[in-house]
Amino acid sequence: MTELRLPTSEEVVRKLKVGDEVHIFGTMITARDAAHKFLIEERPDFIRPYLENSLIYHCGPVVKKKNGTWSFVAAGPTTSIREEPYEGPVMKEYNVRGVIGKGGMGDKTLEALHDQGGVYLHAIGGLASLLAQSVKEVKEVFMLEEFGVPEAMWVIEVENFPAVVTMDSHRKSIHTEVKSKSTEQAQRLIHPVT
Amino acid sequence: MAITIDEATLESQIYDLIVLASTDLSPDVVRSIEEAQKHEDDGTPAKSVLGMLLRNVDAARENRTPICQDTGTNIYHVHYPAGQSTLQLRKIIERATERATEESILRPNAVDPVSGKNSGNNLGTENPFMHFEEWEEERLKIDLMLKGGGCENVSGQYKLPDSDLDAGRDLNGVYKVVVDAVNSAQGLGCAPGIIGVGIGGDRATSHLTAKKQLFRNLDDSNPEPELAEMETRLYKDLNSLGIGPMGFGGKTTVLGVKIGTAHRVPASYFVSIAYMCWAYRRHSLTIENGEVIYD
Repeated sequence: MTELRLPTSEEVVRKLKVGDEVHIFGTMITARDAAHKFLIEERPDFIRPYLENSLIYHCGPVVKKKNGTWSFVAAGPTTSIREEPYEGPVMKEYNVRGVIGKGGMGDKTLEALHDQGGVYLHAIGGLASLLAQSVKEVKEVFMLEEFGVPEAMWVIEVENFPAVVTMDSHRKSIHTEVKSKSTEQAQRLIHPVT
Repeated sequence: MAITIDEATLESQIYDLIVLASTDLSPDVVRSIEEAQKHEDDGTPAKSVLGMLLRNVDAARENRTPICQDTGTNIYHVHYPAGQSTLQLRKIIERATERATEESILRPNAVDPVSGKNSGNNLGTENPFMHFEEWEEERLKIDLMLKGGGCENVSGQYKLPDSDLDAGRDLNGVYKVVVDAVNSAQGLGCAPGIIGVGIGGDRATSHLTAKKQLFRNLDDSNPEPELAEMETRLYKDLNSLGIGPMGFGGKTTVLGVKIGTAHRVPASYFVSIAYMCWAYRRHSLTIENGEVIYD
């Protein structure tokens, strides 16, 4: 088990390898579909300090506001592959060190992780109650009015947030390995030798 | 004879149904995850992931918080006695939905596709989705399923014959496209998944047939022997793909396969696959003679 403290550095992230289990501590920011489009098309400066050497979490939480303070009620990862067209450019533009999501991403992102020194961390899909308990504080929220709750950019402080490295900066991806094996088996089932 | 409805009471009963669906899993689903965990090898990510899922289910139940943050499309299948007003039922369901959203039991999930605006209360065109069916019984039965976007995105439809898959217009062809669909989905639909298959119909009824299968109990057996056999065969073979929980590899790729059919026009042979995530949130509310049962 590795502890990953945010903000981190290229050196730390390059040491992470596929299969490593990490616990994350520190400040990161949620961003998903609308936010990625916004980051590429509008290039907002106000967001740069939050992304620098930190992680983007693909998550659209259930939130609660009590006495003027936001908290996360349920906060598992959303599917990452939808951000495939944007992720590499976003990581380079804002010097992001990694992404947390589910399902893995494609070749363009794998290449960006290699070039930039980044990592893809897989959180458990649907683990919303437990992961919300790792979110200790909601520090800020951006674009709430424009994007709505699930797609706003929530700045969160996390403690002991569990994830597994499934794509690393050395061009390795668990997702490609599992897919290639399962596809061989699927071919045997679909086209049996008679 | 319609049953007598007190609107405020029914609204709060449906609210309770939404809470149950969002924060708890049915016993058959929990049991199947527990069984799957026993079968995975010690020390594998598959085993530890399934263990975490079970802990998450407990935490959600204890804290009364959503099992998954994507509380999804809310799909209602309502069976009602003759004479009941479906318009009235629709309005009551909408009010219960608004309340559950305000209280963070549901995430605001209704986005206008043109303006991109989130309605903020889960109401909108076809939201929540309601399917009404009159029946001869004197009971009102409301089935609710919360279906997240991740698993919906990996659901799909095939048109047979499919020459790439050597899939003809028969049950063996159906078998092939289901294998292809589940292999294509990998872990993206939050495996282990539950697979609803709809054979026949037109494009829309084929999907509807597939989704209806997801309301069946995981432990049931298809009354049609040929389909029962196909369900068993697919369940076994899909689990040989090695995709595993979350796509990390392992023995558990699906928790169940359920197949239904609809008559088709001679020219069309659709097969629809409704992929449901492990967070298989479905519950029902039945009202009969003033008695209320949650299941």
